[in-house]
Amino acid sequence: MSTFSELLLDAYRDCPDKVSLTVLLAGSEDLPVTYRQLVEGAAVWANTYEQQGVEPGEVVVLILQHGLELIFAYWGAILHGAIPSIMPFLTEKLQPDRYRADLSALVGITRPECIVTYREFETEVKAALPENSSVRKLIVSDELVQPAKLDVQAFKGLQRAEKDIVLLQHSSGTTGLQKGVALAHGAVLNQLDSYAHTLRINDKDVIVSWLPLYHDMGLIAGFLLPILKRIPLVLLSPFEWVRSPAKLMQAVNKYRGTLTWLPNFAYNFCAMKTRDRDLEGIDLSSWRAISNCSEPMRYESHRVFLDRFQPYGLHESALCTCYAMAENVFAVTQGGIEAEVMIDEIDRDAMQSKKLAVPASVEAPSIKMVSAGRAIRNVKVKIVDERGFDLPDRHIGEVVLQSDSMLTEYYHRPDATENALKGGWYFTGDYGYMVGEEVFVAGRKKEMIIVAGKNVYPMDLEELAMEVPGVHAGRVVAFGIFNETTGTEDVILVAEVDTEDQDERDAIGDAIRQTVTRGSAVALRHVYLVGSKWLIKTSSGKNARTANKEKYLKETSM
Amino acid sequence: MKDEIIQKTGAYIASTVLKQPNRVIKADQFLISSGLIDSFSLVDLALFVEDTFNVHLDDSELNKDVFDTLEQLAELVVSRAA
Repeated sequence: MSTFSELLLDAYRDCPDKVSLTVLLAGSEDLPVTYRQLVEGAAVWANTYEQQGVEPGEVVVLILQHGLELIFAYWGAILHGAIPSIMPFLTEKLQPDRYRADLSALVGITRPECIVTYREFETEVKAALPENSSVRKLIVSDELVQPAKLDVQAFKGLQRAEKDIVLLQHSSGTTGLQKGVALAHGAVLNQLDSYAHTLRINDKDVIVSWLPLYHDMGLIAGFLLPILKRIPLVLLSPFEWVRSPAKLMQAVNKYRGTLTWLPNFAYNFCAMKTRDRDLEGIDLSSWRAISNCSEPMRYESHRVFLDRFQPYGLHESALCTCYAMAENVFAVTQGGIEAEVMIDEIDRDAMQSKKLAVPASVEAPSIKMVSAGRAIRNVKVKIVDERGFDLPDRHIGEVVLQSDSMLTEYYHRPDATENALKGGWYFTGDYGYMVGEEVFVAGRKKEMIIVAGKNVYPMDLEELAMEVPGVHAGRVVAFGIFNETTGTEDVILVAEVDTEDQDERDAIGDAIRQTVTRGSAVALRHVYLVGSKWLIKTSSGKNARTANKEKYLKETSM
Repeated sequence: MKDEIIQKTGAYIASTVLKQPNRVIKADQFLISSGLIDSFSLVDLALFVEDTFNVHLDDSELNKDVFDTLEQLAELVVSRAA
């Protein structure tokens, strides 16, 4: 066993001229970065952290755009022994004061000692810091201090131990930012060993990723796995991919990409939004595993993707699945590597009313479940009932897991850590069932919407909508509804308003959209305005999202 | 031509993006900066415009600095078609 710094510096010694990653950005030439360049670039940052008085073991929050600077700043923190955490950068959609609130939420709980950002963003960050905040150092990216000479023995990161925390991983939004998953060197490296074994990594592999690095899938599968396992990485920008999804196929073609991870919506998105003219001459036959991960996997999404790209050489066997979470570093299960992904057609009514996954008979309405595969080598998975007792095959219960790649804790949140880890098992909050060793995920306990692979907490959206004049506090509900066409959840927001006037209602509806989008970067698919007393409340007065979702579906389907 | 672009594209946004087919989108109403259209819908909008008006839009043009209203989008399409 080893640590991040040791592994990176081993690569620097063993193969300094091997290209570790190639950064693809529109308007510039593809930029290859060798291990030597990566370590040299990171060393400048490590020296800067040192000069600025950042100590090993302290948390460094990185607020930078996707690109080389972020990559160097990240590895610089590692080499210095500090704990990096990437915070999403402010996008044009998001309102600065809302971003400030999110940043305050992060700083309040995580209490980082250092924040890194751009000079033009410095005032913004300062404004977000509470009085007497933990942040002692604000490093601006143009203030770097070159080291006198590169001494690879001198990095303080080499003194870190396996059990020490190496990085923090946050999910998005005000709620998500308050729960930083703290991962130790040993845990991440156990995951990478086990996952690389499952994936049958070989020397022809090339990982192509457009995923954001602040997301666990992007950070682990699309950044740390390739760099630490010496698998060449081709890195695209998520912001460019979303405007032009064909860039992914073009990169796979150009670099003979073999491995990619995608959230379910991306299968539909790529299939529907790539133009033929952007695929001319493209050959996708090198792609051996495209793993569907981070939101519910749909059979139909795999089919549309295959139909669209098979003419360009895509193999059906490349369609893989994965169930993952930051709390286990990343992968829990993987399907589709050794054998094709198992599809289980089950009886819909038995699933919904009896919590049983029984194979469908010919007449009954059925649903095609896609297996998330089998637990990877270092992970044990089981399904338990509400009291925590093991359930047999085909009984739907909560997915729990045990591994040697588990989080150390939710950073500074002993309450949350205690809730999630019971008797050595991590309670995922996801529902699922097993058939033999195959794991099927079938919904979730927590009230969370997953839209385009991003976790969204409905209360964050509801609170934003309540700020709009004409909307009553506590009379708003947000929920997600799966959309077959897009392959992800549509976010619906229902709000009670008093006015009957259509113009006024339109204005309120627009204001809700604007406030929610600019406050959360989540676009609402439908704003449904209703009269007073429409919303169903539970006896405790709590928001009954499920009941309101059913009422909405009933009314809007008429 | 410009009015037709504004009318057709507005109707497309109202029905497909906003799910409010009776809504009229004003020519000077902000589409992107207001949050009416998110980045995923933006690609849809580009495909609709390309197919309907037979013009070519570049990915780099899909942002609020190039167009943020139907009026600006229509001007772009007209200049492209000319």
